[in-house]
Amino acid sequence: MIQQELRDAEAIFQSHRTPATREELMTIVSKDFLNRMDYLKLLAADDDDMELLERMARRAHDLTERYFGKVVLLYVPLYLSDFCTNGCTYCGYSTVNEPYKRKKLETEEIRGEMAALKKNGFDSILLLTGGDRKRSSVQYIADAVRIASEFFSEIILEIYALTQKEYRIVLEAGASGLTIYQETYDRELYDKVHLYGEKKNYDYRLEAPERAIAAGLKHINIGALLGLGGAVRDMFMAGVHGDYLQRKYPEVELCLSYPRIRPAGSASGPADPVNDVRFVRFILATRLFLPRVGVSISTRENASIRDHLVGLGMTRMSAGSRTTVGGYATDCSRPGQFAIDDERGVNQIVDMLRNRGYRPEFTNWVRGIA
Amino acid sequence: MTYQIGGRDLRSRFFIGSGKLPSYRIIPEMVEKAGVEVITVAVRRINPETKQENIMDCIPDHCVIMVNTSGARNAGEAVRIARIGRELTGSDWIKIEVETDAKYLLPDNEETLKATEILVGEGFRVFPYISPDLVMAKKLEKAGAAAVMPLAAPIGTNKGITCAALLKPIINEIEIPVIIDAGIGRPSHAAEAMELGADAVLANTAIATSPDPVTMAVAMAKAVEAGRMAFEMGLLVEKEFADASSPLTGFLRRIE
Repeated sequence: MIQQELRDAEAIFQSHRTPATREELMTIVSKDFLNRMDYLKLLAADDDDMELLERMARRAHDLTERYFGKVVLLYVPLYLSDFCTNGCTYCGYSTVNEPYKRKKLETEEIRGEMAALKKNGFDSILLLTGGDRKRSSVQYIADAVRIASEFFSEIILEIYALTQKEYRIVLEAGASGLTIYQETYDRELYDKVHLYGEKKNYDYRLEAPERAIAAGLKHINIGALLGLGGAVRDMFMAGVHGDYLQRKYPEVELCLSYPRIRPAGSASGPADPVNDVRFVRFILATRLFLPRVGVSISTRENASIRDHLVGLGMTRMSAGSRTTVGGYATDCSRPGQFAIDDERGVNQIVDMLRNRGYRPEFTNWVRGIA
Repeated sequence: MTYQIGGRDLRSRFFIGSGKLPSYRIIPEMVEKAGVEVITVAVRRINPETKQENIMDCIPDHCVIMVNTSGARNAGEAVRIARIGRELTGSDWIKIEVETDAKYLLPDNEETLKATEILVGEGFRVFPYISPDLVMAKKLEKAGAAAVMPLAAPIGTNKGITCAALLKPIINEIEIPVIIDAGIGRPSHAAEAMELGADAVLANTAIATSPDPVTMAVAMAKAVEAGRMAFEMGLLVEKEFADASSPLTGFLRRIE
């Protein structure tokens, strides 16, 4: 069980008291297979050790090319609804923050947005909703998935946690995968930052990826919201969670994301900010620990960081994103879930990838295969 | 000199994978300069409607497309992918790749055999990608596979011929062609595979991640050719000891 895995990981975390020596870290970097303690030592390494970072980068680059090739998959997010009944202190959609008029896309609007995105060449879409079981019901989401399957071959959902039966409903409507972040693996903090609402149930969310897998979804993307709690600990736990899923469900295409807290409406700032050096080290360490796990980087990150992460572990990136409901074909002046830092359109991203010697890929799975 | 494989007469014994290439647009130059005749294409990535570069537009007409089922997790999925692949490409050459191990991407031989039996029955030329296991290779031969494609090392590792002792029995014992696939990281690995007696070699990662994929493909093709030539000539057997110029036991034969 994941809870037991995380308890074991907690014991490893607690036993790591003295920082690893330079020599030890350099040895870890050249190992073929890293264990969990190795991973933790790299995550917790000194931010000033740029030589270690460079070594990690070279190895991560090598592993990423070996296993993923010179290819980056491009996807686009579409926010269906920003209605939310949860009280998450860090989120722009949360009801604890300043009230604004909420919006939910209706069928024809969804079709309009999707047609606009398809025109830009996208074939993989991430559908997002706030956590409101009434206004964005499972049925509503399943309907949106059905429309999406007329346009896209890969449909990934980032929605509130569902039951296994409900995951089955969205799978049958055409969904291929699920993105669900635990936000923090610190149970106490989790309880503190989720003031009310269904999301307050830590275990229900923690077990969501496995309910989705049991229902038959084949692509799973997990992660922690970096900066919310102790960043090294949360990153370590997210990596362990990934390792656990990979071992237990080897048939699943697993991906990790590294969302850093961005200013969102009036939401609070990060408790443990993750600077660029640390952020990159986290990504590199995870590539060394989990060489075959995909890495998705959103437009929360700026263009320069994203460009430099090509070849360093990143395997998926979003492009031309709006984090507002209906931002592509309709109203563009609404508040978003978080601030975007890479405003480039899809063609610019494609050019950037080609200039760096990479092939932008739009299709992960041709429809009808799985 | 031509040889026969999958019902075709081919010259080149060097096959290339396309999945990891930095751009499909380099394929024609690679085909021309390295003399490549067989290219694998992952069905999961063929999107006929794409506005971006489409692999099908980049493969020269004279090349054989070997469709692969990468991403399949069981025999049923592999069969479905093969059917879609034939429809999308018009090619009946299918490389069965069933991987249920996402960590090392090692093939599932058992599911591969099941898929082979079904697809042979549907008239495909079936090229199963397997872990090097002689018993499985024999079963696949019996099932009607066009060739077997044992790996030399886990995919993408560039580790070379790590299991010659398992590959050699397959090469020795089965009649259908043996194509060494996966693990080939350098031209010397490709030459070694051919010296062992393989009929062909397939590489992707080593080419795709090279700073100059076209030149690397040429180097590989030359190594494949050299290895084949040496094999056909009959390699000299390696010796543990140098030949003493005056035999140590000559006195027994009265030549001193």
